[in-house]
Amino acid sequence: MTQRIASYPGTALSEEDIERGHVLSVHDQLRADYAWDAGLAIGLYLDGLKAGVILGVRCRRCDRTVVPPRAFCEQCFAPMDAFVPLADVGIVNTFSLCYVTWDVKRIVEPLIPAVIDLDGTSPPAGIMHLLGGVVPDRVHIGMRVRAVWKPARARQGAITDIRYFKPLRRG
Amino acid sequence: MSMRRVAVVGAGMTRFVRRAMETPKELAWHASRMALDSCGLTLNDVGGVCIGSAPDAFDGVHMKGEYLSDGSGAWGKPVMRSYVGGGTGVFLGPHGWYHVASGLFDVVLVVAEEKMSSFYPHAQAAFLTIFDHTTERPLEPNLLWIFALEMNRYMQTYGISKRDIAQVAVKNKRNAADHPCAMLGEANITVEDVLNSEVLAWPVQRLDVSPVSDGAVAIVMAAEGVAERITDRPVWVQGVGWNLDTAYWTNRDLAYPEYVERAARMAYEMAGVREPRKEIHVVEPYDPFDYKELHHLEGLLLADRGKAPELTAQGVTARNGAMPVCPSGGLLGVGNPITAAGLMKVAELFWQLRGEAGARQVPGTPERGLAQAWGDLMQVGTVTILGTQRPS
Repeated sequence: MTQRIASYPGTALSEEDIERGHVLSVHDQLRADYAWDAGLAIGLYLDGLKAGVILGVRCRRCDRTVVPPRAFCEQCFAPMDAFVPLADVGIVNTFSLCYVTWDVKRIVEPLIPAVIDLDGTSPPAGIMHLLGGVVPDRVHIGMRVRAVWKPARARQGAITDIRYFKPLRRG
Repeated sequence: MSMRRVAVVGAGMTRFVRRAMETPKELAWHASRMALDSCGLTLNDVGGVCIGSAPDAFDGVHMKGEYLSDGSGAWGKPVMRSYVGGGTGVFLGPHGWYHVASGLFDVVLVVAEEKMSSFYPHAQAAFLTIFDHTTERPLEPNLLWIFALEMNRYMQTYGISKRDIAQVAVKNKRNAADHPCAMLGEANITVEDVLNSEVLAWPVQRLDVSPVSDGAVAIVMAAEGVAERITDRPVWVQGVGWNLDTAYWTNRDLAYPEYVERAARMAYEMAGVREPRKEIHVVEPYDPFDYKELHHLEGLLLADRGKAPELTAQGVTARNGAMPVCPSGGLLGVGNPITAAGLMKVAELFWQLRGEAGARQVPGTPERGLAQAWGDLMQVGTVTILGTQRPS
């Protein structure tokens, strides 16, 4: 860097500077409410989840079956309307053992997010979900897992109608 | 292409810090003013302004481009903000380039600013809204997840160990010890320090990750015929490329960034680079996490798939190696104010290619460098190639 510059601008503050009022700041909380429409394809996906079925969609032109379902193929731009029920069984494509929540709180028992390749899809075509009912150390890529559903009366038509995926075999 | 040739003629930056006293506008002004001063220009010489800044959610300010415009020297001028997530800083290469190459402007000021500390208590939570609101967000995803999932897939596919990857964090944090603006330069850090740091989202540990930061960077770009009058050492934009993959990130091969390869091929073709491993002399790939540097070197065709860790182990990517990678110290060492970190990489090439990088200067006389960034939902690749030779 140009050695002519003796010192660079930018003044570092510490948490203490804020807490003790060494510098002034303004706090505010923004509140925003939204109602997102699910749309055609995800609307059907949520209907399926409520009924205990994971719905994929096939592109007739690309001969490709993907999940989550979508109204059009992003690769060939043709409409996609061949909705197909998939098995609620798949393979762990990848996973993490996560010890912090989305808002950076530490947790002792890890959350186990994973990408799961469902049977009947054209890889790579996984979904993100959580693993459960398994000792974290035993989770591995390639593990066969099955969806654990909420009881039918508790389902709302949401991705959380699947509580988590658990190993097909113990341990 | 009947485009004008374009050069970078000046650069400036602030320190990267966890929390800056200065406002985003003040940070942008410091970097912009330094960039203009570095090449002896004033605001009167600037025809248009290009601004890059990442999510408005960090600042809680809508229309952040408009908000930043005063500090970016854009008063009364044509100004355009671009945004492709973490890829924005290097996207400012093509963004500024075609403002000038098109013939619309002789001189543009290109400014990247990020102030992540305003989001309370931690900027991480602002990332929740990048995930699909219906199919993913109800699972309360964490930004670390997508990196951890991708890193694990990369490790599994090629049999790469955490120790292999930790070497990148060590190299970059050591390099950053020589950067006057760096936040996390550590001359004596070891692989054991990285492997013993807190596990956040296995396989990701604390020292595998770049920090939340505030900072700003600016460069000045000028047209052929003008650039040579501003400086006797213009650094030319030889190639630019960018590419976006699907937002269905779970429908993708997570072990290989195909979109980075597409962006790189676009830039190599424009630059006339046929053998990148011989023709790129200094590399600043995006390194928000240590494995990403490796992932990106492979996508840039600068390493065989799964083999980038070997280059690190052999010292090829060290500052004094055959292909220096992140001699600046990268995001892992200098810091990661998102878009400013990306443009810092372009500025680093400018300083390296002019022989002005001080203690960070790579040996020899590098003639061509490549900066790359990445972002959105693991889907965008942006590439800028700079060189000392004026494109023919």
